[in-house]
Amino acid sequence: MSRIDDLFADLQSRNRKAFIAFITAGDPDVQMSAEILAGLPAAGADIIELGMPFTDPMADGPAIQAASQRALAAGQTLQGTLNMVADFRAENDTTPIVLMGYYNPIYHYGVDKFIAEAKQVGVDGLIIVDLPAEEDGELCLPAMQAGLNFIRLATPTTDDKRLPHVLNNTSGFVYYVSITGITGAAAPQQQAVADNIARIKQQTQLPVCVGFGIRTPEQAAALAASSDGVVVGSALVDVIAETAENRADTVKQVLALASALAEGVNKK
Amino acid sequence: MPRRAAKIWGSELAQENSYREGPDDKGRFGLYGGRFVAETLMPLILDLEAAYEAAKQDDGFAAQLQDLQTHYVGRPSPLYFAERLTEHYGGAKIYLKRDELNHTGSHKINNCLGQILLAKRMGKTRIIAETGAGQHGVAVATVAARFGLPCTVFMGATDIERQKPNVFRMKLLGADIRPVTSGAGTLKDAMNEALRDWVTHVEDTFYIIGTVAGPHPYPAMVRDFQSIIGRETKQQMQEREGRLPDTLIACIGGGSNAMGLFHPFLDDREVTIIGVEAGGFGLDTPDHAASLAGGAPGILHGNRTYLLQDDDGQIIEGHSISAGLDYPGIGPEHAYLRDTGRVNYVSATDAEALEAFQLITRLEGIIPALEPSHALAHVGKIAGDLPPEHLLVMNMCGRGDKDVFAVADHLNVTL
Repeated sequence: MSRIDDLFADLQSRNRKAFIAFITAGDPDVQMSAEILAGLPAAGADIIELGMPFTDPMADGPAIQAASQRALAAGQTLQGTLNMVADFRAENDTTPIVLMGYYNPIYHYGVDKFIAEAKQVGVDGLIIVDLPAEEDGELCLPAMQAGLNFIRLATPTTDDKRLPHVLNNTSGFVYYVSITGITGAAAPQQQAVADNIARIKQQTQLPVCVGFGIRTPEQAAALAASSDGVVVGSALVDVIAETAENRADTVKQVLALASALAEGVNKK
Repeated sequence: MPRRAAKIWGSELAQENSYREGPDDKGRFGLYGGRFVAETLMPLILDLEAAYEAAKQDDGFAAQLQDLQTHYVGRPSPLYFAERLTEHYGGAKIYLKRDELNHTGSHKINNCLGQILLAKRMGKTRIIAETGAGQHGVAVATVAARFGLPCTVFMGATDIERQKPNVFRMKLLGADIRPVTSGAGTLKDAMNEALRDWVTHVEDTFYIIGTVAGPHPYPAMVRDFQSIIGRETKQQMQEREGRLPDTLIACIGGGSNAMGLFHPFLDDREVTIIGVEAGGFGLDTPDHAASLAGGAPGILHGNRTYLLQDDDGQIIEGHSISAGLDYPGIGPEHAYLRDTGRVNYVSATDAEALEAFQLITRLEGIIPALEPSHALAHVGKIAGDLPPEHLLVMNMCGRGDKDVFAVADHLNVTL
């Protein structure tokens, strides 16, 4: 049982849904990013999705791309991101951390080295956007062997024929992408999402969480009703962009929005 | 394979240890290539692969493509003996494969026609593309106009500035130009943006990638559509000289014109093949676009290949005087051909290309694009040392009309 499995078992027993908060590691700088990370569990984040910045985030919208650029400009590296997780784990041994990003920085770092160090610092799962099931041999299989969850994205274009292929070798939870598009784009259609999640649940016992395009506590509440959890990223990251003029407020405001979203997720 | 289709794509059996067998069923050329895309796109590229495989078997598709190549593009492009250039260097006999004479002024149209016919077969109603120098964008806008499909071209803001004539041509052709300001505003960023658009419009949109890169099947498909360059060259050289050429030279950004020329010759081991990357300010500076010489294997835009990247695996923007060459990656099949040693990859700097540009303009009355000027610069480095019976073919893959303003700038001439 991984931290992620334990978390969902616990949430289910209490009839609650997961709030998954995304931030980009090192955004706007190492110090503030670490403060936000440390504050997220108390703000109600059940799982933290920590973005590994990349220059060319093809599946992300302007908000998360800008976050990557801020982090890289402030000197964030993959090694720095792993260090952040290590520091977080020194204080928190329960909140699952999922690293999200693109394959190239990991490939360049060295797949085996990355997996070993990620496991050692207390990373629980990986979401690697540009590694579909067809490329499982690259990172997914060795990561799972090392005890890391490999969380796959299922999308509106993943039809019933393809779905088993996508669910195979997926662990922790399934991340349902609510729209055909990039992060932070159009708001998802609630009914379509509910139908698709029901379709996925016919083929897996894993929890199914939904993300992309969710910005407000109200949307979070609506989508939590048909899923096991809700991911919010761009809206949180936008707060970091919006408070650029007055960084004294950044941490407080990001955590305030996280609290409101967490409350939305479990609003009956 | 039906007869006409076989003629177009070549049906001769690959010889043992062939360099022409790739890609495998995972879209790999050795270590390189593959399908590194988001799940949303995965079903689309599998559909595309199936549609392309079916089209390849279809005589009707081949016939339509061939008809357009002849009557719309003006193929075959001539294989021209550059007499004065040959005299100037006093060595190898230099031939130019005149793909700059194609309709739209470059080799890019060869691929665009193939892909738009495929888009029509697949029932797609909207075309998107990325462009660097604008040559691919113009070719896409052209075929989109010809087939009556709306077309959106993503182009880096920096490139829009340095390729104004092509931007206006695309607009005249009815294309919607989307300036891309992320990153350095060049080709790589335009490709990111095109991929984002594709993820957002999966149902109706066909993405016409302009080079031999991207997720499988693009590298193989673009190569197949471009390999008409090499097939014609082989036949024309046979007619002119009664034998194979000794050396082939082409410039490389993503590498589509080079792959088109090289591929039909890969198993002719006696033919020396040279690809010329953009050396920018020099390989000893950070400002170049030579991914093979100065990069390392990595994953970007759906494939594994050599990439310009820093110690953290972050992609570095390439620099070249030529907007068509400043891509930080290179087609995966080139990466494979580099590692196997079949193709020799070298580079030419901005200054060398600029000098070659002026030289051939004066000597042959041909204004080349800045891209093939790099290939020409390398011709200049080796031709003089080769014997007069040595047959050298350089791919003149684009004409220089689009570059006239940029060149004037570099020569400090005010127009």
